[in-house]
Amino acid sequence: MRAAVVVFPGSNCDRDMAVALKAAGADVTMVWHKDASLPDGVDLVAVPGGFSFGDYLRCGAIAAQSPICQAVVAHANRGGYVLGVCNGFQVLTETGLLPGALMRNSGLKFICKTVDLKVEKSDSAFTEGYNTGDIVAYPVAHHDGNYTVDDDTLSQLRDANRIAFTYCDNPNGSVADIAGVLSENRRVLGMMPHPERAVDAGHGGTDGQALFRGLLAQFATA
Amino acid sequence: MKARVHVMLKNGVLDPQGEAVRHALGSLGFEGVSGVRQGKVIELDLADGTSEATITQMCEKLLANTVIESYKVEVL
Repeated sequence: MRAAVVVFPGSNCDRDMAVALKAAGADVTMVWHKDASLPDGVDLVAVPGGFSFGDYLRCGAIAAQSPICQAVVAHANRGGYVLGVCNGFQVLTETGLLPGALMRNSGLKFICKTVDLKVEKSDSAFTEGYNTGDIVAYPVAHHDGNYTVDDDTLSQLRDANRIAFTYCDNPNGSVADIAGVLSENRRVLGMMPHPERAVDAGHGGTDGQALFRGLLAQFATA
Repeated sequence: MKARVHVMLKNGVLDPQGEAVRHALGSLGFEGVSGVRQGKVIELDLADGTSEATITQMCEKLLANTVIESYKVEVL
């Protein structure tokens, strides 16, 4: 699988993401926010965590207008895979690839800890390595992870089983305990917790490995 | 010309920051503050003759996230 990791000024999980993808067997290229196109033949674009453009205006708002994001939107619209983690999730909601928005945590504090998540639906390439109902531990590190959608959209997400991960103990006030959501075609996943920070024994946990390995396995059999 | 854009969280969207400010006002002894909503004011220096429609596009595309925020344009 060919993967591209987007780098914005202020990204800080880009290299962790690249390491996690490489460890799972992906061929990874880093792409700069000013690039107007993705490398040829890219299967997956990963939009990493961090504080792109200093979180100015709104988290992810400026990054969503960058040249590379137009290429990422075009890639998604062609049926390409996109994974957005943390700030990457915020960027994907700002581009409109995923519904809803991420607001300031309800407790107002920056939260940095490992949380338990429930895998809600494992019929996407991203969750293929898990079983529905699995409890996995991923780190979270965010100030604005309070996921919000209107009631109609929430019903649509539920009806179409597009809620991929929920918090076991909601840390940030997200509606319906949502930690990660899928696009309509299930090929775009945005999530606040960090799978790429749980792929090595040195991280303190390896529950994130299954996400990357499961994703890679999809391409190996395709 | 100048324009001022007011961006506020939509009614019904919980504003945890406004709520914290309300608590702080209460602990300072200001009574009867039943609600606080916090927003943004963005001032734009624009070429003369910029249409209000153009400013609205700026709001829709970047200045406000219309999923959670409403905005009001004031041409000065």
